[in-house]
Amino acid sequence: MDFNDTPAEAEFRAQVKAWLAEAAAEYLTPPEKPWGLEEFVARSKAWQLKKFEAGYVGITWPKAIGGQGLTPMHQIIFNQEESRTFVPNGLYSIGLGMCIPTVFTHGSPEIAGRYVPKALRGEEVWCQLFSEPVAGSDLASIRTKAVRDGDEWVINGQKVWTSFAHKSDFGIVVCRTDFDAPKHKGLTMFIVDMKAPGMEVRPIRQMSGSSDFNEVFFTDVRVKDTHRLGEVGDGWKVSLTTLMHERLAVGGKPRGAPGYQTLMNVAKGVETDSGPAMERADVRNRIADTYIADEGIKLTQMRALSALSRGQIPGPEQSISKVVVAKTMQDMTAFAMDMAESAGFAVEPGSDLEKLQGSYMWSAGLRIAGGTDEILRNIIAERVLGLPGDLRPDKDTPFSQLKPL
Amino acid sequence: MNFDLSDDAKTLKDAARKFLDARAGPPVARKVMNDGATHDAQLWAEVVDQGWPAARVPEAHGGLGLGADEACVLAEEIGRSLAPVPLMSTLAAIEALLIAGTEAQQAAWLPKLASGEAVGCIAWAEGSNSPTQMPVTKLDGGKLSGTKSPVIDGLVATLAIVTIATPEGPAMAIAALDGTTREKQDTLDLVRPSAKIAFNGTSAEALGTAADWVRLTERLAVLASWEALGTADAAREMTVAYAKDRVAFGQRIGRYQGVKHKLADMYIKAELARAHALHGCWAWGAGAPELSQAASAARVSSLDALRFTAEEAVQLHGGIGFTWEQDCQFYYRRNRLLAASIGSRAHWSDRLVRALENRNKAAA
Repeated sequence: MDFNDTPAEAEFRAQVKAWLAEAAAEYLTPPEKPWGLEEFVARSKAWQLKKFEAGYVGITWPKAIGGQGLTPMHQIIFNQEESRTFVPNGLYSIGLGMCIPTVFTHGSPEIAGRYVPKALRGEEVWCQLFSEPVAGSDLASIRTKAVRDGDEWVINGQKVWTSFAHKSDFGIVVCRTDFDAPKHKGLTMFIVDMKAPGMEVRPIRQMSGSSDFNEVFFTDVRVKDTHRLGEVGDGWKVSLTTLMHERLAVGGKPRGAPGYQTLMNVAKGVETDSGPAMERADVRNRIADTYIADEGIKLTQMRALSALSRGQIPGPEQSISKVVVAKTMQDMTAFAMDMAESAGFAVEPGSDLEKLQGSYMWSAGLRIAGGTDEILRNIIAERVLGLPGDLRPDKDTPFSQLKPL
Repeated sequence: MNFDLSDDAKTLKDAARKFLDARAGPPVARKVMNDGATHDAQLWAEVVDQGWPAARVPEAHGGLGLGADEACVLAEEIGRSLAPVPLMSTLAAIEALLIAGTEAQQAAWLPKLASGEAVGCIAWAEGSNSPTQMPVTKLDGGKLSGTKSPVIDGLVATLAIVTIATPEGPAMAIAALDGTTREKQDTLDLVRPSAKIAFNGTSAEALGTAADWVRLTERLAVLASWEALGTADAAREMTVAYAKDRVAFGQRIGRYQGVKHKLADMYIKAELARAHALHGCWAWGAGAPELSQAASAARVSSLDALRFTAEEAVQLHGGIGFTWEQDCQFYYRRNRLLAASIGSRAHWSDRLVRALENRNKAAA
């Protein structure tokens, strides 16, 4: 057992490190003041092009479509090294992580040829238009409607929780094309131009106060039939390709999020009725529990990496990651704020406690995004443990005739 | 990155699983309980034939010279099968000798432990002390005085590693148990009985230093975490099978989220613990300084997984799970044995934070 790279991995890592030292020279420390959105987008585009020209984009994708034809381990090593820097790379995570694999898996060669190269170079930004106000966990209940009109489709409806919609050029959108088919069978996926007439993007303000997502309204938006991904009625199958990639993307503790060390730092400065907080059994126990959850997930990811490094498929243990991380973050940050009494409630910019307060607000969203705690437990129970699925009374009824029980 | 058991360990695990599936399991545990036996002597003879007590003993002393990985998979399979044999106690005594034994002590005892001629135990408990609190038991002029209880496998053992008070803290002595007064100490675990052993001038030798005892507790914490994982897995699998079979309100109960989410939580806790148990196994095998934090995290997380699983296994079985005849009680009771075997959850949770504090201090 060891935590070392194989010789080939070490060579690739050294190559990436050397490249980053030069190419990312201006990003080796955090920016002095946060970038505005426009600057973030401009810097993201410049960085993506640099990466593309150096051959570090689409690392695992086939060479035929402009990828590098390397292994997941290469991608992970690149990600690990890139994440030691402060380069702006979030703008493309959804497009390249989820949308473009769907485009080249299900689109025609002409469509792939039109969109994939520009996405790789970062010239065009993509977003994913799946969730709706009435369809979150139950994605197959979406109602956004696409109606055929000659060699075009006309889309009407509303999507929600779309990251970077206002900065995207294109999106993939799943629509209902047959209301008389059962819910999973009447869906179709399209590529949509985010600047097309009838598209309206409005930011959502989250309970944390910040705006990281949007809602997108479609009013008679026209899409060419050539921009359909997969067959008419196969939208559910196509969306599973996308979501499979999402499950790989949403995982461990967010970068920079506070953990047991932050809790230890805060505890060191707190005096309680029964002495220094660091000497209190409940505080020490919470530090231990937080270490066990966060480090346990890191170690679990290392188990998966070990499998990938051997060219094997990781086991199902990765599925525990988000459900552990999100709730641990909420519990730990609430504990730390309580421990600090009123200082945990007052907001002081730049303090460790402010970081914990921010995570407390964000953790409530993290428990929902990319699969709620409840859906993830269903998935573990059904796919890993083999338990029977929930009864789905709406599964075989035409969508137009559905009535809730 | 190769954060996984060695191929040899996986092969041993598969072989142990196959053997114990056929030879152990709840019915065999139940027979020992019903007979009031100290262990299953026939099964123990077969386990010795498999060479498992010899796993960690160096070849020079008649053993197989295997690594930490192999000891951990044996612990896991013993935990899973509830095999009523004194293997874990014997492996523990062997680790004590490997860490702290002089050449003469190793030569005297390791071959006997490897061949099954001797059976080991760890006599550290004196009621409500923790493993690092000073015991009352003393070694004076080569004679032990004091009473240890409960000593797991203490009725069948022929050799004890006994903790003693020294100026540097708790340390170890090694004593043959022939001639000592021992009686059964009733405990919550009815399958792996314990003893109360009174040392009244029993001949013994000092074994290593106080630091050696601390190191031993870390290895034993790792071994116990693998055993707990095996036990938790068996209890979960039994409960999953029941949830797929049992019908209530016209459905298999495993369809209800109130049931399946508990089973998912059992899996989540077990996999978190498995990551730490593997980390502990690595740190032990590599002689890494992270062992104290890795062993502590493995201990705490595995106890959490086992207690949750053992308790919710009874709950999800409903009334039948609370009966004497059903097997849930074995896991519920074993959860208490493992929680007490080498210091409580609270003890190890505090040790984990102390290890983190020491690491931070060293880094500063």
